[in-house]
Amino acid sequence: MSAPAPEPVHHGEVVLRVEHLVKHFPITRGIVLKRQIGTVKAVDDVSFELHRGETLGLVGESGCGKTTTARTILRLEKPTAGHAWYRGRDIFTLSGEEMRALRREIQVIFQDPYASLNPRMTVGDLIAEGWRVHRGVLPKSARRGRIHELLELVGLNPDHINRYPHQFSGGQRQRIGVARALALEPSIVICDEPVSALDVSVQAQVVNLLEDLQDELGLSYLFIAHDLSVVRHICDRIAVMYLGKIVETGDEFQVYDDTAHPYTTALLSAVPIPDPAARNLGNRILLEGDVPSPADPPSGCRFRTRCWKAQEVCAAAEPELIDRGQGHPVACRFAQMEFDPAR
Amino acid sequence: MSDRDRERPSPGSPAHAGPTFEELEAEPIIRREGSLYADAWRQLRRRPMFIISGILIVILALMAIWPGLFTRADPRACSLADSLLRPSGEHWFGTDVQGCDYYARTIWGARVSITIGVLVTACSTLIAMLLGSIAGYYGGWVDAVIARLTDIWFAIPTILGGIVILRSIFSTRGLLQVSLVLIVLGWPTMLRLVRSAVMATKEMDYVDAARALGVRPFRIIRRHILPNAIAPVIVYATITVGVIISAEAALSFLGVGLQLPAISWGLMISVAQNRILTAPHLLLFPGALLSVTVFSFILMGDALRDALDPRLR
Amino acid sequence: MATTLSRDAVAGRPVDPAAPLLAVEDLRVEFRIDAGTVRAVNGLSYTLGRGETVAILGESGSGKSVGAQAVMGIIDSPPGFVTGGSVRFRGVELLDLPEAERRRVRGNRMAMIFQDALTALNPVFPVGWQIAEMFRIHRGLPRKAAGEKAIELMERVKIPSARVRAGSYPHEFSGGMRQRVMIAMALSLDPEILIADEPTTALDVTVQAQIMSLLAELQQQTGMGLILITHDLGVVAEVADQVVVMYAGREVEKGPSLPVYHRPAHPYTLGLMDSLPRRDVHTERLRPIKGSPPDLLAIPPGCAFRPRCPYGREICAREEPPLAAVTSDRISACHFWEEVSRERAGA
Repeated sequence: MSAPAPEPVHHGEVVLRVEHLVKHFPITRGIVLKRQIGTVKAVDDVSFELHRGETLGLVGESGCGKTTTARTILRLEKPTAGHAWYRGRDIFTLSGEEMRALRREIQVIFQDPYASLNPRMTVGDLIAEGWRVHRGVLPKSARRGRIHELLELVGLNPDHINRYPHQFSGGQRQRIGVARALALEPSIVICDEPVSALDVSVQAQVVNLLEDLQDELGLSYLFIAHDLSVVRHICDRIAVMYLGKIVETGDEFQVYDDTAHPYTTALLSAVPIPDPAARNLGNRILLEGDVPSPADPPSGCRFRTRCWKAQEVCAAAEPELIDRGQGHPVACRFAQMEFDPAR
Repeated sequence: MSDRDRERPSPGSPAHAGPTFEELEAEPIIRREGSLYADAWRQLRRRPMFIISGILIVILALMAIWPGLFTRADPRACSLADSLLRPSGEHWFGTDVQGCDYYARTIWGARVSITIGVLVTACSTLIAMLLGSIAGYYGGWVDAVIARLTDIWFAIPTILGGIVILRSIFSTRGLLQVSLVLIVLGWPTMLRLVRSAVMATKEMDYVDAARALGVRPFRIIRRHILPNAIAPVIVYATITVGVIISAEAALSFLGVGLQLPAISWGLMISVAQNRILTAPHLLLFPGALLSVTVFSFILMGDALRDALDPRLR
Repeated sequence: MATTLSRDAVAGRPVDPAAPLLAVEDLRVEFRIDAGTVRAVNGLSYTLGRGETVAILGESGSGKSVGAQAVMGIIDSPPGFVTGGSVRFRGVELLDLPEAERRRVRGNRMAMIFQDALTALNPVFPVGWQIAEMFRIHRGLPRKAAGEKAIELMERVKIPSARVRAGSYPHEFSGGMRQRVMIAMALSLDPEILIADEPTTALDVTVQAQIMSLLAELQQQTGMGLILITHDLGVVAEVADQVVVMYAGREVEKGPSLPVYHRPAHPYTLGLMDSLPRRDVHTERLRPIKGSPPDLLAIPPGCAFRPRCPYGREICAREEPPLAAVTSDRISACHFWEEVSRERAGA
């Protein structure tokens, strides 16, 4: 195996631009006459850009809104507000037919390789399903051959085309899911925790596969994960989310080595390093308590209730996600920046 | 668009440095062969409960389809001279008041009972699958309307409702009328089951995956949801056949079901009740066969549940 | 009552003062199911001292959880059977004890927490009541005193406003708080050993950090021995004194965690280390272990890791590797452990 040259950070064409995305879920009570008693602010004003050939990581803990962001972009959920531009077309305003056509371009890989494949369909049928919808992609006669190619591409034995998902291991199933996503030759693949359900020894296989496919096919990934180590490895840029908002974005070194937002600092500090010599239980930043409910987020900065830097001003107004000139936007008034005189 | 013209990826290219399938070949892949149904079948074959009920149902089905296989006697060729004979070598089950061969009548009775049981179950399952899929898949107000309607319908007791409808609407009551009433009263339970199974299956990731591919709702329901939601429906439908057969018997017994000269177990039991002391065999034989039939279907349903219920596997 | 509280006897047998807190030797567990016999644990040995942490590291199907359940004595039988080995608690053989005695040991001397704290708690009783029940049943405390003890414990595991929260039901707690409730219940009878089976796997990483530091703190206060069962190499690195790496039911490598991490002597351990990205350094490319873990019903003959092993040779398919002593306190189950451990010689 030859290691590919270090990938440049792509600043190519923007393939996906998400602007002020908001997704609120109503909390209702009553069966016949539903009345709304509250709102879960799952995603609250999220904006980002995804470039061609780039991997953008969306990280955060459960309930931060990363998966909802992905599902809304895929229009598996209706957005409450905002835009998502795919090459200049707003995904959220497309009609049913237009959206169906556009789905070719944006595919998805799910977390659970057991739940994401219909157990009643063979591998061949699973991969071919997209071609039944998007009839122009591939003539019927070429399909079987293409399934073979795709199976080989993702590292599966093409002879297994007639097998059912339960005859494969978790890692192999995830490869089937990848093949299905690639069948329509999308330009964007949204990876929703694609390796977190896999055994440690198998995770790396799938991570490498995703990287290779990106290099070969020029794919753009929106990579959603809670595992910060995997995200560091695979992503070109990373956006850290907390309670429905992006708090910090930057490249690998900006976010991991020159961490600016206190939440990111705490989050990173909590990730154990697989080296007993690097033990730091003593000086780790332990956040107090739980993440507040997204139905009733704190005023001002949402992280202030658990932040050791918080001051009165943090409760009063929400800090904006501002780039202070380093291409490393942070939503914190007391962000630790490279030029910070306090350091 | 430029990316449409992009080269087909070739797996042999040097850029493809991930594990190829040759590397993976060594790994054992097979855990279990075959589909859920193949697995279920393998399990079922070894279960006495399934074998017994299966044999009984096959016999009963043959009885309904070709009663001639079981009896040469004509159930309607009666001679009053032979009225109310006890069981004997000539008349295995004896004769009834009109002097008809009671064995032949009992055999022919299976046809009506099983036809009604299967017909009603099939129709109400069909209605339930249609409405239940729509309600479960689309949710929202569609679901609210269908579900509330079902709840209201559900509140009508089957037998009581059956009596009222059959008495007040139909002047003649044959197989079709009775079936119709039982279908009308029977679908709500089934619908609730289909709806909840569809709702549970709808949440699976593979349904989202299909939606992300742009698959149309009808195909999602048909290809992704129903095949995975159907197991409990099959189980329940099997049990329902038995329940409907006994409901038909109950209606006929109460005098609002089938009418003479139709031959049905319910009717036979109804007539027999007046002579329970003088001619107990009139009650015993159709009653026993009715019980065996209902029991067989319920037993079969239980066996299927054990084999198909993924929670037990 | 007083006899059960005595710490110097186990089930009426005097403890051996020289014996370690727990000594597991050549433990074997199999499951006899329709499809065949699964040898879930196939020779597992380790010792645990007071205040010590032993981590059992493995992937799904490695037998790490089953091994702990066998030590605890909570394997459903049938289909599970402990077919060999010994589990000695302070010198007293637990596998020979009658079930009633075993249950006593379970409550009082060793306790266990699980990955899924929601299903481990009874949904229809308030958590305070559930913790208090431990004191009522095992210690015979009256209701009020037991309730007070429960609140005390909830404070000890740092559940905020414990007195109020004692009346809440499990579903009203977050995942992390529920795991704290489980820890409180486990600690209620002052066990000498705590077995934690993937205690933080279902939790977010910041909550995981809270729970792990709580466990470390409690361990320091009580001197209990901790058996940590996990698949997470990071968590192990952070807390374990000793680590046992399991693969397909067998222990493949064992020893103090620092040398095991720095100079693995088994290809599986080495493969795990190599395949892991890290949050503190940039990695260019991961080096995965090929293939998948084996089907436990069809473990290949010889070394179970052979089909995935870059060091595999003909002998590996033929002979199950013996447990070789890498150093006086380390063991590797690999024919070529010397070659493997040279891999990181410079490190």
